[in-house]
Amino acid sequence: MDFSLNNEQQMIQDSVSKFILNDYDFETRRKILESTTGFSQENWTLFAELGWLMLPFTEEDGGLGGSMVDLMLVMEEFGKGMVVEPFLATAVMSGGLIALAGNQTQKDDYLPRIMAGELQMAFAYAEPQSRYHLNNVKCIASEKNGEFVISGHKSVVLNGNHADTLIVSARTSGTTNDNNGISLFLVDANHPSVKREGYANVDGHQAADIWFDNTPTLELLGEQDNALPAISNIIDKATLAVCAEAVGAMQIANERTVEYAKTRKQFGRTIGTFQALQHRLVNMFIEHQQAKSILLMAVLKMDSNNGHDAKALSAAKSRIGKAANLVGREAVQLHGAIGMTDELDVGHIFKRLTTIQFLFGSTDAHTKRFASL
Amino acid sequence: MNLNFTAQEKDFQQEVHQFLQEKLPKNIAQKTKNSIHLSKKECIEWQQILHKQGWSAINWPVEHGGTGWTPTQKYIFANECAKAGGPDVIPFGLKMVAPVIYTFGNEEQKQRFLPDILASNVWWCQGYSEPGAGSDLASVRTTAVKEGDEYVVNGTKTWTTLGQHADWIFCLVRTGEPSAKNQEAISFLLINMNDPKITVSPIITIDGRHEVNEVHFDNARVPTENLIGVEGKGWTYAKVLLTHERTGIARVAISKDRLVQLKALAQISPDGDNKLIDDAIFAQKVAQVEIDLLALEYTELRTLSAISTGQAPGPESSILKIVGTQVIQAIDELYVEAAGYYSMPFVPDQFNDDFDGQSIGPDMATNSSLRYFNNRKASIYGGSNEIQTNIISKAVLGL
Repeated sequence: MDFSLNNEQQMIQDSVSKFILNDYDFETRRKILESTTGFSQENWTLFAELGWLMLPFTEEDGGLGGSMVDLMLVMEEFGKGMVVEPFLATAVMSGGLIALAGNQTQKDDYLPRIMAGELQMAFAYAEPQSRYHLNNVKCIASEKNGEFVISGHKSVVLNGNHADTLIVSARTSGTTNDNNGISLFLVDANHPSVKREGYANVDGHQAADIWFDNTPTLELLGEQDNALPAISNIIDKATLAVCAEAVGAMQIANERTVEYAKTRKQFGRTIGTFQALQHRLVNMFIEHQQAKSILLMAVLKMDSNNGHDAKALSAAKSRIGKAANLVGREAVQLHGAIGMTDELDVGHIFKRLTTIQFLFGSTDAHTKRFASL
Repeated sequence: MNLNFTAQEKDFQQEVHQFLQEKLPKNIAQKTKNSIHLSKKECIEWQQILHKQGWSAINWPVEHGGTGWTPTQKYIFANECAKAGGPDVIPFGLKMVAPVIYTFGNEEQKQRFLPDILASNVWWCQGYSEPGAGSDLASVRTTAVKEGDEYVVNGTKTWTTLGQHADWIFCLVRTGEPSAKNQEAISFLLINMNDPKITVSPIITIDGRHEVNEVHFDNARVPTENLIGVEGKGWTYAKVLLTHERTGIARVAISKDRLVQLKALAQISPDGDNKLIDDAIFAQKVAQVEIDLLALEYTELRTLSAISTGQAPGPESSILKIVGTQVIQAIDELYVEAAGYYSMPFVPDQFNDDFDGQSIGPDMATNSSLRYFNNRKASIYGGSNEIQTNIISKAVLGL
């Protein structure tokens, strides 16, 4: 057993960490959020140049490894800076699906462009009624003259407003809740029959609701009627990514709060000298440590099992969701009113820690899934 | 001891119900139910409708224009309002400064200020907290130095809720010698904000709103006749006001209505092929909050009953503040949970009358996280819940 990082892993961590420290401070992030696109194209190009967009892919697919450890290292650092560039949507989810389900031609077509930072993608899977049930798909793909056209509504698609190409889950057979009968399609996001309503999420990430109306598909991705296992795997991978992000974000929330407790004076003394608050800060610290531990558990189990371990993943999401809830709320509470302001990063960390609790399945949903496996 | 309303109380309930049906503007009710913030104009419109009915000042003594209602009537009124979507009155004038004025002000001040507060002709805000004086409110540093028949005021007040709309501000200021003990140098001063020496700058909160402000005083001149009571007694007056603030702070009626709506939302919110209410874990969480709220309601009724027998609200009102805000925040969180992915989009202007984009997600879902974020303030304001805990520890348990 050895939990230390090897040289390559250390280099990844150092390089992302350096970027966050030097080039992604809170004010820079604020300017990015206020820009018209809501993320920085310059950063995106930099991510490609530094090889970060290659990290989620195996060497066979032209990438740099594709391990969960690598993903954890990047995302934990991203969490410290609350990075909003669409790494998750384009590289991890969409690129991951093509690597997992695509044929060689599709991989050759899409993966190099994703890794070079030339292509923005989004995975449209959730629907207004589906909540966290991945098999609940109403969006319909029907065959017309030998080609599939898609109709339906997809909810809160991350990066959906900036994607050039979409991957859309749609039903090719069966009824709404059947595990079989779901297929994946590549779709031109700019086709006139695609209606996109873009917005920023409360955590600053870009997203869109998307409506398809007899929209032609570019091609089928993976096996017809049997896309659910691939969808489930990639959502698990994305879930692991946001778990790692939350662990990084919690670390910063705790650092900020401890620092504030050491400097803020009330009643003639720093508030960190009050035992009632000391214990709360220690609880936050313990939550972060427990979150970090269960993240590592899930990462190692997934890596030792070809990237899949649903039970370990759900354990991590459940426990980290609980930690994110407590740490986010307490960070704001212990800061007092100043923690409620847009001006300070703590409130923004709280918001991101809140959305992560619901992304890809709520804390309760993953607890339930853990129990069922 | 009994729970039943008397025949008169039932009549009163019917009267309130009918009044709300007839007089509460539909757009205001709809906005209130959907957690959409009201404009200044809408707030005033509603308060003036209440005033016309004689119901704007439910806690004031009858001689100054109060309703003279029993605690039971107040309870009925609050519940009917919450059910109908009648918004809370803006508290700073009617619920906060007015009790100080009619309790500690002189006759001239009562005549000068109370009628305009009663009729919502003047918008008040609260000048308590400062950048260096939050939980430790007694350490306020804003100074008021007497020069002839004026005070010269310098300093900064902060977290001033809706101060951007305000005509007047009531302030805790330091009038005594710098050497005086913290609390004994504090005075309670009413200040007209129509003065170029007073500037209001916005603070944006994490829900993206401009709700609170910083108020700066740069040699603002205030007539000494605006001092309440005597110099150095401001802390005593403020404590009375804070106790009043705390009794209203449990917001039981609103939480009850929010829970009713939450259950309705869970009945229609899809969870795949089922509805969210069928999810045993979610249903249990709702039940737990509902049970907490029932206990809180009876804690509040016990307090009201004590007040009606002539006792002043004591430090027990801190329980209402702590538990009330815990319940509010727990309910908010369940709304976020119910909204699922639709808790995420930030489209705050989609409820504006002139919004021409696509509305995102179901009505009750889209503001859920903004309300959740905004109400994190509830355990911070009005004396943070940590301060309330200290009060109970010290004043009730004698620790």
